[in-house]
Amino acid sequence: MKSSSSPRASQHSKKLEVKGKLIVVEGIDGTGKSTQIRLLGKWLRSKQLPVFMTEWNSSEMVKEITSKGKKKGRLTPTTFSLLHATDFADRYERNIFPLLRAGYIVLADRYVYTAYARDVVRGCSPKWVCKVYDFAIKPDVVFYFRVPVDVAIERILVGRPKLKYYEAGMDLNLSNDQYDSYRIFQSRIIEQYESMVKPEGFVVIDGTSGIEEQQQLVRKTIMKLLPHQEEEQKQLRLQQQQFERQNKVVVTADN
Amino acid sequence: MPSIGARPMEYYGPSIPYLKETEIKGRFIVIEGPDASGRSTQIAMVTTKLEADGHAVLNTGLRRSELIGEGILEAKRNFILGKRTLSLFYAADFADQLENKIIPALHAGYVVLADRYIYTLMARDAVRGIRRIWSHNLFGFAIKPDLVFYLDVDAGELVHRVFQKNSSLDYYESGADLGLSEDMLDSFLIYQGMLAKEFHRMQRRYDIVPINGNRSIVEVNSDLQDKIDKFLNMDVLISK
Repeated sequence: MKSSSSPRASQHSKKLEVKGKLIVVEGIDGTGKSTQIRLLGKWLRSKQLPVFMTEWNSSEMVKEITSKGKKKGRLTPTTFSLLHATDFADRYERNIFPLLRAGYIVLADRYVYTAYARDVVRGCSPKWVCKVYDFAIKPDVVFYFRVPVDVAIERILVGRPKLKYYEAGMDLNLSNDQYDSYRIFQSRIIEQYESMVKPEGFVVIDGTSGIEEQQQLVRKTIMKLLPHQEEEQKQLRLQQQQFERQNKVVVTADN
Repeated sequence: MPSIGARPMEYYGPSIPYLKETEIKGRFIVIEGPDASGRSTQIAMVTTKLEADGHAVLNTGLRRSELIGEGILEAKRNFILGKRTLSLFYAADFADQLENKIIPALHAGYVVLADRYIYTLMARDAVRGIRRIWSHNLFGFAIKPDLVFYLDVDAGELVHRVFQKNSSLDYYESGADLGLSEDMLDSFLIYQGMLAKEFHRMQRRYDIVPINGNRSIVEVNSDLQDKIDKFLNMDVLISK
């Protein structure tokens, strides 16, 4: 499937000032992206930076309803797509956007690119999916974890051998065997990701290399984003100190 | 009953790729209008008449999907939903009905009578500050109805009808989530006025036919039925 030329994430979430940074990891299951973003979060927190983590499909409010529909097995590609968009919007309106505005570093384990890749593979119109998500702000960095499909699948199947219906892409009738189906489904998602690497400017990480090696690369990339952040933090601290000093003066004067 | 030939579906945006092969034979009529505008009464009357004339009729409406219909009510009670979240929620619910009810019925040759459609959803979004183009694109997967009516009722008249029906104003139907006024009645009047304005804006773009809903039930019905009959008879002529 061809990728469309329209942007998958754009900046027109009004012209409100955004002080924070949005960092995204993308890739199929089993690429190690969640491990990497967790480690990145720990590092940033150790630098006293305000960090917020958000995961795909994790809004409590939407989860309950989605799982009901999933159990019934009656989701079409369009309803499936829209329920995930609802989940994303809930997290976006509640957390991602306000926190970015407030100056947080928001770490997103999957973002609109996941929706795009999966929905298009499921059979939604690429143009339509792009437009549904075009309210989402463009990330500062998107790390794409590239791993051959077999390696990723092996990693996934070691931990939890039973696949869920939609997870395996069984709704696509790719194969009667859920493992075959999963494999074909994941390969097609990879194709979609690969088509986005250039137009969306993904930073590609070789997910087969060592965990620490990957983390180093990730941190090096993020470091470039930080000076500005650190400067702001410093200023904030200075302001605070100044404020405290002034308060002390007031307190002593009262005495 | 003479039925006209199968035809491909027409969408507002890019077509749904996996329904490319699906053709429809039926007719799709939408009746829009605010709460208490007399929509359900009119739909019941039109249904009776069409069935008497030998049509197979399917009634459908917003928030009747088995998938998430309940979920929306629940979520509204328990959570404060963002405007876009709510919008997408309704869109998902609508998509479920479109694909599982409306399209199959049209495919089978039914006359589908919808109690509101995407226009209500788009109007609600617009008055909450969502860009109209986004809503339009969001509902790009919706198929175009053959006829869309809007029961136009003055806000003052609406208030009377609402009180006759419920003796209280509904929180969301009054737009209370928008903080328009501390007074519920004011809020209702302003909100309904805003929605009506959106409908007038949409009229041209979506070929919405306004029906003066301030008149008596019988008068409104004869107007509505007349227009529907004309349209359906035109079909018969074409098919001959």
